Amino acid sequence: MKEPVQKEYPRQLEGEKVPMVRFRDVTKRYGDLVVLDSLDLDVDEGEMVTIIGPSGSGKTTVLRMLMALEKINSGIIYVDGQPMTHMPKNGALTWADEKYLRRQRTNIGMCFQHFNLFPHMTALENCIEAPIQVLVLNKKAAVERAEGLLDMVGMLEKAGEHPSRLSGGQQQRVAIARALAMRPKVLLFDEVTSALDPEVIGEVTQVIRKLVNKHNLTMLMVTHQMGFAREISDRVCFFYDGKIEEQGPPEEIFGAPQSERTQQFLGAVLEAT
Amino acid sequence: MFDWRWAFVADILPRLLKATGNTVLAALLGYGIAAILGLVFALAQRTAIASVNRTVREVVEFIRSTPLVLQIFFVFYVGPQFGITLSPWAAGMIAIGLHYASYLSEVYRAGIEGVPKGQWEAALSLSLSPVRTYSRIIIPQAIPTAFAGMGNYFVGIFKDTPMLSVIGVAELMHTANAIGSEHYRFLEPYTLVGGIFLAISLPTAALLRRLEARIRRKMGLRPR
Ligand SMILES: Nc1ncnc2c1ncn2[C@@H]1O[C@H](COP(=O)(O)OP(=O)(O)O)[C@@H](O)[C@H]1O
Ligand SMILES: [Mg+2]
Repeated sequence: MKEPVQKEYPRQLEGEKVPMVRFRDVTKRYGDLVVLDSLDLDVDEGEMVTIIGPSGSGKTTVLRMLMALEKINSGIIYVDGQPMTHMPKNGALTWADEKYLRRQRTNIGMCFQHFNLFPHMTALENCIEAPIQVLVLNKKAAVERAEGLLDMVGMLEKAGEHPSRLSGGQQQRVAIARALAMRPKVLLFDEVTSALDPEVIGEVTQVIRKLVNKHNLTMLMVTHQMGFAREISDRVCFFYDGKIEEQGPPEEIFGAPQSERTQQFLGAVLEAT
Repeated sequence: MFDWRWAFVADILPRLLKATGNTVLAALLGYGIAAILGLVFALAQRTAIASVNRTVREVVEFIRSTPLVLQIFFVFYVGPQFGITLSPWAAGMIAIGLHYASYLSEVYRAGIEGVPKGQWEAALSLSLSPVRTYSRIIIPQAIPTAFAGMGNYFVGIFKDTPMLSVIGVAELMHTANAIGSEHYRFLEPYTLVGGIFLAISLPTAALLRRLEARIRRKMGLRPR
C-alpha cells in the first residue's frame, strides 16, 4: 500500500538553480525488502551522472522510479522543477494519477538492457510511433526527425529492417534513437551494453559519447564499464544497499575512493577485468 | 447389403450444397461474434477493477464448464420466459458466439501474457496511452501466439454448427435429417454431410497454417 504524503514538499522547485532531477527521501520497498532507502539525489541540467555499484544495490530501481514504471512508497521525485510522482490538487500535492504520469514521462527517455524494440515494427516505425501518437507530430515531420536520429546513430541504412534482422549493437542504437525522438530532457541508460557481444559495445558507447558532446541533455547511466564511466561522467555515484555510499567526480571516485565499500567494490571489479 | 444409390445422391446434393451455405454462414457469423466478444472478455479480465474482473472470470468459467447444446437450448427455449423471444438463427448465434468467446478469451489471454514485460515498459516509457499500447504494441505481438489457437477454434466452431439443428437452424445436419426422414434413407445424406465437412475443414486448416507462417514472417518473428 502507498503511504499518505507525510511531509510537506514544495509544489514546484523555484529559484536560481533548479536541478533537472531531484529525489527527496525516496523509499521503495518490495514487501519487506527495502530497495531504495530514503534516497536523496540531485542531477543538474546537462549533467552526466553514472551509477555504479554491486548487483542488487538498487541501480535499476533508481531509473525505473524516475521513469515512473512503478510507484515509490514514500518521498518525492521532481523533474525540471515539477513533481513527477505527485501532482498538485486543490492546492496540495497528492500521488500522481496515470494521466498526469503519462504527460510527465514525455520529459524522460529510457534505454533498456535488452533494448525492448517493438519487434513487429521496422527501425523507422519504432522511432515514429510515439512521436506521432503522443506528440501528435504529422507523419512527415516524424519521419524526418527519426531519419535524422537514425543517421546520428549510424542506422539510417537499416531504417527499413525489423529488429530481428539487426545485431544487438544495432538494436540498441535504434533504441537510443527511438528514445531521443521524443526529445526528452533526461535520458536514462540501464546497462545498455551488458547484453552485447564485446566487439559491438564500442558502437553503442560511441553514440553515448556523441550525446554528451552534442546535446544539452541530462543523462543518468547505470553501467558496469568502469573505464567508460570514468571517461564520460561528470559525477559518479556508488550505490550500496539502496543508498548512495559515495559520490563525486570520476577522478575522485576511481582515483581516491574514501569509503571502504567503494574501495572493495572497485578492487573486485578491476581485478575481474 | 451395401446399397449406395448414385441417382439419390444426384437428387439431394443440390439441397445439401445449399444448406452448406448456411453452415458456413453460421460458422463465420458465430466466429465473428466470438472473436470480438472473446477480446472483450480477455481485456475485462485484465482490468484493475476487481468486480468486473471476477464477474467475467466466473462467467467464462461457467460457460466453459457446461455443454454447448445446453446453452443453445437455454437461449432459445428459456429466453422467451424472460420476454426474450429470438429466432433460431439469432439464438444459435448468441449461444455459439458466447460459447466460443469464452474459449477464445483464454487464447487471447495466453497471447497477451506471452508478450514480454519489456514491451509494456517500452510503451510506458514512450508515454503511449493504454489504448495505443494494446492496439499498436501488445495485440499485434499477441496475435502470432494466439493464431494457432484461434485457427483451431475456427475449425471447431464449424464442426459444432450441426448442434444448431436442435433448434431448427436449416444448416447441413438439419437438412440431412429432413432428407432422411422424407425418403427413409440416411446413408447417402449423412455420408455426404461428412464428405462436405471434410472437404471444407482440411483445406481450411492447411490454409490457416500457411497464414500463420506468413503472419509470423511479416511481424519479423521466426517460424514456429
Ligand atoms: N519486482 C520486484 N519484486 C521484488 N524484488 C525486486 C523487484 N525488482 C527488484 N527487486 C529487488 O530489488 C533489489 C534491487 O534491484 P535492482 O534495482 O534491479 O538492482 P541492480 O540494478 O542494482 O542490480 C534486488 O534485491 C532485487 O531482487
Ligand atoms: Mg540492474
